[in-house]
Order: sequence, then structure tokens, then C-alpha cells
Amino acid sequence: MGITRDEVAHLARLSRMSVTDDELDALAPQLEAILSAVARVAEVAAADIPPTSHAVPLTNVFRPDIARPSLPAAEALAGAPAAEDGRFRVPRILDPDE
Amino acid sequence: MTDHSISPDVVHLTAAATAAAIAAGELSAVEATQAALDRIAKVDETVHAFLHVDADGALAAARAVDERRAAGEALGQLAGVPLALKDVLTARGMPTTCGSRILEGWHAPYDATVVSRLRAADVVVLGKVNMDEFAMGSSTENSAYGPTRNPWDITRIPGGSSGGSAAAVAAFEAPLAIGTDTGGSIRQPAAVCGLVGVKPTYGGVSRYGLVAFSSSLDQAGPLARTVTDAALLHAAIAGHDPLDSTSVDVAVPPVVEAAGRRDVRGVRVGVVRELAGEGYDPGVEAAFAAAVETLTELGAEVVEVSCPHFQYALPAYYLIAPSECSSNLARFDAMRFGLRVGDDGEAGAEEVMSRTREAGFGPEVKRRVILGTYALSSGYYDAYYGQAQKVRTLISRDFTAAFEQVDVLVSPTTPTPAFPLGSKVDDPVSMYLSDLCTIPSNLAGGPAMSLPAGLVDGLPVGIQIMAPPFADDRLYLVGGALEEALDARRGHPLLAAAPAL
Repeated sequence: MGITRDEVAHLARLSRMSVTDDELDALAPQLEAILSAVARVAEVAAADIPPTSHAVPLTNVFRPDIARPSLPAAEALAGAPAAEDGRFRVPRILDPDE
Repeated sequence: MTDHSISPDVVHLTAAATAAAIAAGELSAVEATQAALDRIAKVDETVHAFLHVDADGALAAARAVDERRAAGEALGQLAGVPLALKDVLTARGMPTTCGSRILEGWHAPYDATVVSRLRAADVVVLGKVNMDEFAMGSSTENSAYGPTRNPWDITRIPGGSSGGSAAAVAAFEAPLAIGTDTGGSIRQPAAVCGLVGVKPTYGGVSRYGLVAFSSSLDQAGPLARTVTDAALLHAAIAGHDPLDSTSVDVAVPPVVEAAGRRDVRGVRVGVVRELAGEGYDPGVEAAFAAAVETLTELGAEVVEVSCPHFQYALPAYYLIAPSECSSNLARFDAMRFGLRVGDDGEAGAEEVMSRTREAGFGPEVKRRVILGTYALSSGYYDAYYGQAQKVRTLISRDFTAAFEQVDVLVSPTTPTPAFPLGSKVDDPVSMYLSDLCTIPSNLAGGPAMSLPAGLVDGLPVGIQIMAPPFADDRLYLVGGALEEALDARRGHPLLAAAPAL
């Protein structure tokens, strides 16, 4: 079960995370080693075993739908990388060539 | 006015003794807080536990406690006691970095529920302490702000990810600390720093305001120098919170009462057969065996118990936790908070996002995000994430079967004592083995404690006590009795053997 340098680059793109050539050189063998260590989960015969997604099963957790004061806009924007006219300012989200 | 001459003694007091002295008027909360701040000023350049010291806020909180005491108001059992807060929990008036560049300088506009409860209990929050970036690691070397050092030997790791929390308490900078534990991140640092550390039952302590790493596993809990201190802090922060939909609406187990009982006659203790042998330092096994023998002498019924699937806990964890982390850390997208890199007016949002995450995340976070993305991708999901979730079921079943025979399970907390700084940073698989014994409780959700067991070549190691979900009091029952017996045999608490900084 190998993982190639190209696959790591692809996964980094899927993760919206640029990686340098040096990082790819380091990451590929490290991920390979980690994957070969964790692949042991396949040794367990578990075809009829239900999966656990959560340690303490809870379903349909409700709380009363009561209006509460929300964070003032100024506080919500205080940690923003950029704000304009009382809103988050973000880079363009559409490609101008498309 | 502060009498600096009292400081050296004050910082060595337990949390319970500090609170009692304040309640009795023998010590003011301001004096206790100033003593902690003086100690931080003296030793933290060496230890590097703190990322942020909020001296003004701490002294103001302490003054409020003293004023309320003077006015005759009833105070909580930890009123005026200083505490170090892991920098993964939000607190108004302080930065929250999670040990990451991507949140450098960010101030959360709200308190985590754990912090609200600490403030309501009149605990004095001294500041934020260091951690592996986003709680991913076992050595605190993955912090973007430099490693924390183990107060027992400053060339060694303090454990992680709550290494700053453990080092602060072991270095007498604070009698209490809050840590978080996803795969052992409270218990492993507690073990290698000679402290008591507890991961409560999942859902027992609110995760509101705890920056998520692996949501189905993360849990905040206490680090302290004694079992009673840990119990007092546990009781202060636990309980249902409607703001966390995974918080469980059951009564907080009677942990403080259990810590004080000091009687384990008839308690059934199971030694986990699979958490021993190859990879375990002989000194760790000897200290563990001696602690188990002490439990027998105290009247506990000790038997060996098999948990055959525990050997798959580590591989299952390193699929589940990275998978959840790759999803959780998607929120660090450079749009609403934190770092933004490359926003030059030309680059689009996706490019800015990619450049920011490249610049803002360290190597371990990148490894885990990519690993999680891989494990969740179509074609691999069933073989990795799906299979790991089934293994998780089998581990829970092992616990259930074991707890039909015994009241608690025990094992060493870690396979080895603290290792030298830098010795495992480039070998993630070797680093991950630090969590071998602690991960099963995270996967199954039950509570677990690490308690000082003894020394191996002058370095502390721990015994882990595990209990069924919502039976956290059993940890304190067994831990309290064992601590008393081990301290009596030694003639002093383990931490008294730590060299002066």
C-alpha cells in the first residue's frame, strides 16, 4: 500500500494547502511509514461489526429555541484578516477567466 | 501589599491548601497570585511553559476574591487558586493561538465554558500555556512558539500535547492546570512530569470554546500535584452544557468525595495483559508492578484481564484522529480570523487559502491533514476510516467485557520515561508510540487518570487507572488510596524529588 510523491501533492491540493518540493520530499516517505503502521487495522475481521463514530451515542440533541444576544459585529470582525463596511473582506471567489 | 518573602512557600502549597489558607485569611488571593507570577518570572525563561502571562487580569481576579471574602461572601473550594490554561481553550482578554502561527495574535471574543466555570469558581487564570500545534503531538515540540522543557530534566520533553500545562504545575508556576486529551495529551505529560492528570469521560466536560482537533475524542481535564487537587478542579469544570451538543446531561460523578475515601479494600483491579512487554522500558514495568503490588497490600483484588483489540487502538486512532482533524482544520481558511497570506488583490480565495495554510501550519499538522484527507478519500474510506471505526467498536466491547470482571483497569501510562528533546521529531511513527496505553480510553470514551508511580533513572513515570464511562469517581477512589500509600512508602510526594530549577 504505497503513497507516491504525486499522490501527496494531489492530497495537499485537495486540502487547500500549498506544499514546497522539500516538504513533498519529506512528507511522502513519512506518510508511507505511517500508512504501513496504521494498515494493521485491516488485520481485524470486522465485516459484521457496526462502526462507532462517537464514544457516547447521542441522537437528536435539542435545546430550547430561545433568542440570545449575538456577538456584536465589531467583536466578530475584530479578529478578521480584513474587514470593510462592517463585513468580512475576502479575496475574489470566482476566476475572472471563467 | 505583597510580602515577597512568603512566595517560595506559597507556590509549593497544593491547590486545596492554598484555597484553605485564603478562606482562613492566612493568605490573600493576591499574595498567592503574586507568588505564582514571581515564580513564572523566575523560572519560565528556562521551562517555557507560558505563551502568555496575564498578570493584570490575574491580579484583578485575585483582588475580587479578596474583596468578596472581606465582604463575608461564601467562596468556592478553589477560590483564589492560580491556574495555567492550555492555549487551546478560548478566554476573553487573552490570545488563543493553539500553538500555531495561523492563530498568532488572535483574541477569541468569548470564553470557553471551561473558562466560564473557572471564573465562576473564582479560580485565577494566570495565562495561556504551550502545547503541540492544535494538540497534535506528544512532546510539545510541535508548537510554533518553541518547545517546553521538562522541569525534571530540561534537556527532555515535558510530554504533549499538554506539555505547557504539565511543566507549569511541575515547575511550581501554578498548582493547577487545564489540559486537553485526545489520545493521551493530559495523561502522558502528567506521567513524565510526575503529576496527576485526568481525562474525564467524553461528554463530561464541555467542549464549547475548545478549538477542535478530533471532535469525537477531545476532552478537557485537570492536571495537579495531588489526587484531591485534580478532583477539585474536575468538579469545578464538569457538567452538562447546552452549548456543546455532545455534552452529556448526567450528574457529575462524586470525584471529590471519592478522592478522600482512601480505602480500596475489595475494589477489583484488572491489569491489562496487552499493555506490557515489547517496547516497554523495564524500569517502567518495575514501577508499575510495584504500584500494583501496593494496591494488593491495600486490600484491592488484583487480577489479569485481556483486552485483545487494544493492540489495534493506536493504528485506529491514527486514522480516526487525522480524518477528523482534516475536516476540523478546514475552518482555518484565512477568511474570518487568523492569518492571511498572499492577498495581493490578484490572487483568488482558494489561492490565498492555500498560501495561508502553507505558511500557517507546521509539519505535523500538514502530515495529519494530508493523512486524514487520504483516509477519507473515495476508494480508501472503507479500508481505512471505515475499518478504524469498526475497530473502535471492538475496543469498546473489550472494555465492556473487562468491566464485567473488574471495577477499574490499570496499565503503565507510557511505555517509557521522557525522551530527549529532538530525538523523535523526524520519526512520527516512533513519536506516536508514546500514546500506546492512553488511546483506548479516548476511543471508548471512558475516563482515565495518570498517577505518579515512581522514578526510572531519576525521571517520573505513571500508572494509568481506567474506569467505565461516567464512573470517573472510581479513578479518584483508587488514585487517592494509592497516592497516599506510595507517598507514605517514599516518605514524600514524588515531585519533592525533582531537582531545583
